[in-house]
Amino acid sequence: MNRYLPRLTLVLAAALGLSACAQRSDAPQSASAQSAKKPGVPYNRDPFPSTYRAYPGVPTLVRNVTVFDGEGGRIENGAVLFADGKIVAVGQSVDAPAGATVIDGTGKWVTPGIIDIHSHLGDYPSPGVQAHSDGNEATGPVTADVWAEHSVWPQDPGFSRALANGGVTTLQILPGSANLMGGRSVVLKNVYARTMQAMKFPGAPYGLKMACGENPKRVYGSKGRQPSTRMGNVAVDRATWAQAADYKRRWDKYEKDGGEPPTRNIAMDTLRGVLSGEILVQNHCYRADEMAIVMDMAKEFGYKVSAFHHAVEAYKIGDLLKANGTCAAVWADWYGFKMESFDGIHENLALLHKAGACVMIHSDDANGIQRLNQEVAKALAAGRRAGIQVSDEFAWTWLSLNPARAMGIDAVTGSLKAGKMADVVLWNGNPLSVYARPEKVWVDGAMLYDMNDPRRRPVSDFEIGQPGMGDTK
Amino acid sequence: MKAILLAASALIAQSASAQTIAITGGTVAIGDGSQPVQGGTVVIRNGRIVAAGSGVAVPAGAQTVDATGKWVSAGIVTGIGDLGVVDSSGVDESADASARQSPYNAAIDVSTSVNPQSVMIANERLGGVTRALVAASGGQSIFGGQGAVIDLGNDPDPVTKARAFQIVQLGEDGARSAGGSRPAAWASLHDAFAQAQDFRRNPAGFDGRGRDALLTRADAAALLQVLDGRVPLVARVERASDIRQVLALRTRYPGLKLILAGASEGWMVAREIAAANVPVLAYALADLPSSFEQLAATESNVSRMTAAGVRVGIYFDGSGGEHVVRQFAGNLVAITRVPGASGLDWGKAFAAISSGPAEVMGMGAEIGSLRPGRRADVVVWDGDPLELSSQPTAVYIDGVAQPMTSRQRQLRDRYLNVVEGALPKAYDR
Repeated sequence: MNRYLPRLTLVLAAALGLSACAQRSDAPQSASAQSAKKPGVPYNRDPFPSTYRAYPGVPTLVRNVTVFDGEGGRIENGAVLFADGKIVAVGQSVDAPAGATVIDGTGKWVTPGIIDIHSHLGDYPSPGVQAHSDGNEATGPVTADVWAEHSVWPQDPGFSRALANGGVTTLQILPGSANLMGGRSVVLKNVYARTMQAMKFPGAPYGLKMACGENPKRVYGSKGRQPSTRMGNVAVDRATWAQAADYKRRWDKYEKDGGEPPTRNIAMDTLRGVLSGEILVQNHCYRADEMAIVMDMAKEFGYKVSAFHHAVEAYKIGDLLKANGTCAAVWADWYGFKMESFDGIHENLALLHKAGACVMIHSDDANGIQRLNQEVAKALAAGRRAGIQVSDEFAWTWLSLNPARAMGIDAVTGSLKAGKMADVVLWNGNPLSVYARPEKVWVDGAMLYDMNDPRRRPVSDFEIGQPGMGDTK
Repeated sequence: MKAILLAASALIAQSASAQTIAITGGTVAIGDGSQPVQGGTVVIRNGRIVAAGSGVAVPAGAQTVDATGKWVSAGIVTGIGDLGVVDSSGVDESADASARQSPYNAAIDVSTSVNPQSVMIANERLGGVTRALVAASGGQSIFGGQGAVIDLGNDPDPVTKARAFQIVQLGEDGARSAGGSRPAAWASLHDAFAQAQDFRRNPAGFDGRGRDALLTRADAAALLQVLDGRVPLVARVERASDIRQVLALRTRYPGLKLILAGASEGWMVAREIAAANVPVLAYALADLPSSFEQLAATESNVSRMTAAGVRVGIYFDGSGGEHVVRQFAGNLVAITRVPGASGLDWGKAFAAISSGPAEVMGMGAEIGSLRPGRRADVVVWDGDPLELSSQPTAVYIDGVAQPMTSRQRQLRDRYLNVVEGALPKAYDR
């Protein structure tokens, strides 16, 4: 089993479009090479495997609807058909198979489900009491050994709000930003379950949360230890990557050639995963100059930053981000709440788009995640006033396909393409208007929210028997 | 030199506000809860509103501004936050919003320290915000100090009303400030009021300067203003049972003018709040059980209280980004189409971010709407002010046209083309 799982991970990673991502350990394949040496036994890359299963759905055709396909396409008066959990057809006119549920979408919009690349739901759940403060292992600046999934409380009421009010179908849960290397992220389907594993997005790559700037240096500087400065941040990062490179070299050799296995180090497993291209770096960073340093550091150690998160000053280096193939995940208009966010502007997202960089919206917030479509609408409007013309339908790539890319799941979700997961939202109006709300939300083709049916509105265990249970929120 | 410049700008402001201005042809949103009127006119004279709506004549000699195809609304009123009190909330050296080490609490008067040149003021003015309720808390106490009403005008005098309200924390925050429990917070409240009355009866005999005094003389004097109803008391509470306790305060202290702020569970006691005639600043979109005192939070809260007859304004207690309140109001319109939810019609939603907060503070006759006699805070928008795609094209405060620029705008313009030209970016301005 242990020998099989890594192979499975790689197969899934390939299926998920990771093949474009940097170099990858080829240890399992090399086992079949003609060699006198017996290869070592790889450690299990997936010890907490996903047990998520799509809930039953019915073949569904939404027609007479405005479609944003999530890849920049728009169909007026179009149709979307999904069945068996997958998108079947999207077009001007699609025939309903026998027995399909047909929904008239006149005056409504259909889009891919929203994907939030930066959430702490489950790790910082509601109620936000001290006993629930599970997002920052702020006991050392490098905690690459912790996994956000081990903090996820599946009963967070926030998941239901993100679904019903926000149309969010997939989200990445990240450790906080107290640490330089805060630990592994986990990608979840926004489907309530009894266990974290049963929410886990099958086959999604892990991420490594990193942070630059004020937070790590403040948290550890205040404890009188390194890092207490920005230069200290980079020093600790580089020292750690140097160790990780050594760990990777020893384990790569062992997995290829066998012999005495090197000592396991759970933190280094994660960093090795990054250096092998299996784990994607999600880097909290506000200032443009720091992002430039981090990208050079990544080159020095042979990894790639998948996305800078918050990236308030990314608009100052759109060209650099483009050249490095690194995305920026941003807010629409949060600014000014700390020194490194002082230069935040509403046009950040649009200016990055103009520079040709990969960009997306993100929330970092249990309330903001309920309105990511509105945040994109604000960023879009700010851009248009600055002369940056982007269509509504293209702007939807900032809500689903681009985050899917930066999370390594774009081959299976993030747009309404035949064969992809039927993660679909029907909106009761133009979702870039403040006056629109999700009417129905499907995850893998299963209808998990229906505005018109109180029984399709999830209520977490925490809310059972408490004031306001089952209310429209 | 600085004094001369200030005097010169005051003169310019004076001459501008003395003009009669007629803004014609736009869709006019008065901000008093009425529905917007197409093809309306807004007349401003001497910094005040003369008339607004349809069928309003343009006075002879008025400077006319054509707003055809645009919207003309009352300026947005937000709070209770810290605009002008911090440059950045996360930069302690710049932030005057709290003073944990201070021996003073109720006496703290934020109006002394509002900086009209804080860059956030111009940033938020460009978002259509023209007035704000601001506050700054003092030392470890349930009392949060005396707040002010300010304008966001580009002039040296930001304070519309100093000492406009006193804040008291009586929920979980109050418990924390009082040493760890709600009962301790209430004991602290009653004792502070008792001491204030001691101070009134015998000022010379009041300790209040000693090292161990629980209440300083300055704090006692500030609380007397509250007990006498000259300064309203804003009670920060969320839970339904805490709201009931606050409403009951007036049986013991009949002079109190109460305001509730937060009130996430207000809808559960809406009829009691209405019967007590206590106005509320309420979160618009709090819909999570973020704490045990907000278990029943819902986006329907504002509307359910409004329907019960409570006067409600939208509460914004963030730091920077005040312009988002119009998005909040827009969402309250959106949920009118969600079965089971309760929202507001457009006129009421817009009032919740204009006349609502003003009236909650007892200042509805002065600010918050385009009704005759009010200060002429007027925003011209390129579309529906509650819609995400709309932005102000002109902002008037006290009848004075405001500069349509900000530090954010300047940063944007510097980086419209990201690559340097003949010189570094530092030379582009």
